[in-house]
Amino acid sequence: MLNPNAKLKENVFEKPDQAATRDGFGKGILELGEKDPRVVVLCADLAESVRVLPFKEKYPDRFVELGVAEQNLATVGSGLANYGKIPFISSYATFSPGRNNEQIRTTIALNNVPVKIAGAHAGVSVGPDGATHQALEDIALMRVLPHMTVIYPCDNEEAYKATLASVAVDGPVYLRLAREKTPVITTAGTPFAVGKANVLWDPGEIQVAIIATGPLVHNALLAAEELRAEVPVAVINLHTIKPLDAETVVAYASKAGAVVTVEEHQVMGGMGSAVAEVLAARTPVPIEFVGVHDQFGQSGEPAELLEHYGMGVSHIVAAVRKACLRRQVQSRK
Amino acid sequence: MLTEEKVTQLTETAASVRATVIEMLVAAGSGHTAGPLGMADIFTAFYFHILNHDPANPAWEERDRLILSNGHITPVRYAAMAHAGYFPVEECLTLRKFGTRLQGHPERERLPAIETTSGPLGSGLGQAAGYAYGARMDAKKFRVYCLMSDGEQQAGNTWESAMFAGDTKLSNLTAVIDRNNIQITGNTEDVMPLENLRAKYEAFNWHVLECDGHNIPAFVAMVDEAKAIVEKPTVIIAHTIPGKGVKEIEGDYRWHGKPPTADEAKRFLEQIRHA
Repeated sequence: MLNPNAKLKENVFEKPDQAATRDGFGKGILELGEKDPRVVVLCADLAESVRVLPFKEKYPDRFVELGVAEQNLATVGSGLANYGKIPFISSYATFSPGRNNEQIRTTIALNNVPVKIAGAHAGVSVGPDGATHQALEDIALMRVLPHMTVIYPCDNEEAYKATLASVAVDGPVYLRLAREKTPVITTAGTPFAVGKANVLWDPGEIQVAIIATGPLVHNALLAAEELRAEVPVAVINLHTIKPLDAETVVAYASKAGAVVTVEEHQVMGGMGSAVAEVLAARTPVPIEFVGVHDQFGQSGEPAELLEHYGMGVSHIVAAVRKACLRRQVQSRK
Repeated sequence: MLTEEKVTQLTETAASVRATVIEMLVAAGSGHTAGPLGMADIFTAFYFHILNHDPANPAWEERDRLILSNGHITPVRYAAMAHAGYFPVEECLTLRKFGTRLQGHPERERLPAIETTSGPLGSGLGQAAGYAYGARMDAKKFRVYCLMSDGEQQAGNTWESAMFAGDTKLSNLTAVIDRNNIQITGNTEDVMPLENLRAKYEAFNWHVLECDGHNIPAFVAMVDEAKAIVEKPTVIIAHTIPGKGVKEIEGDYRWHGKPPTADEAKRFLEQIRHA
């Protein structure tokens, strides 16, 4: 039961278009170049890969190459923001916010300057490059920093919107991006507001609320469709992990009585943990966590890696069934 | 050129700044002594002669920016700012106390004109370079100064930033290295040698100057020279004596990271006031 207000693509379930969130970011950045003269783009020798090359070519005076120097990427970004620019620092998530974590903590977050951190190649779906390049802990690193906003777009279109919206956030922002092409499920008309979760699937009466973030939102929808006759579920796209839309999360968790979280990230410290923190305090319900369970990734094709690490549609379906069972056990007590 | 009268005045002010530093540290009961005393002359030169600034209007857009990279010597900056009129000198005694604007390591949002948050070493030069880069994009006239310790020349981030500033020819940036030869666990050349520091910066396309960091006219002349160098950033390696002004602690690395006791402070203040 797609939520008509979400204005999703009509072909969500049948051969949806494929595009990478990093490309949505690249499109957004290029548009910001035109719209906002304060926007400056910094990169650490990955301009093509993180999709800021068109910006570099069109606005060479507002593009800063740092070379393979991610700590400097953060500190120079901090200085530019402190002066009055709006710098986007772009690299792979394992390096930024991974390698330069302390610089982000002190010179960007504690300093409270509006640096926008674009971390590309997040998750095991990076594929053949292997574990060294598959960021699985970056949400955890960023969401524990005061002042930091954390956004993980579900598709190319949402990545584009999130990039534009991040400029209006008065403070640092972390944008988590993926390398691989993934299903495009939202449209230009799909609402997007930082900090406001989107309900994508809602049959009314529900037994489980699936809260998903990033491109795996599509798998969550596929699971909901598969379970249609068996377990009524809602699917929520929690694109902003911080600040977390507690109202929506609590409302759906209490309505359903059980929750499944879905993310391509370590379960420890990730979006699911953020949801659990809120629900434990406000409406404790059984939660099943779909994500990576304390492991590093490895080389392989994106789809087989998602399957191997337990983030496929079948895993979400199984998690929903388990959550549903736990819900019934709990309600009998 | 500084007049003799001005030099005498600055020297007296530096002594007052040193005295305030000692009073702050003894009241705080923790903090760093050697670095702040060693940099008192340079901070006095900045706040009472070099900087184009307005203590009554700390947010003035055209002010010169002073970025302190090695945040642990912040007591000397607080003291110099207080004496320059940014806030009452009495407030200095709140250093490191709960609720103070004068945090143990400086924080941008706590105190106007502190410019940036610092403490973890090696990340100030990049911030100063980013600041200078942004200012140059907008053809701003103000200068960006970055004060660093010598110990943080061991940090990789410092050299990433040096490479960047050299490559981008940030001539509106002047860095100053407090070459006092000590760090928290020993002498720099014992812990991890830094020399040849001059050759290293020259290799990174910087204009390098060296001076006695306690000779205010010489230091001021070098800052002026840096303004005339248009094709490179300039770094001034300022040779200082850690603990300068208190004979019994001068040059002793053990005073890097501890404050004086009340008795020691009494002796130290005596020396500073009657120098």
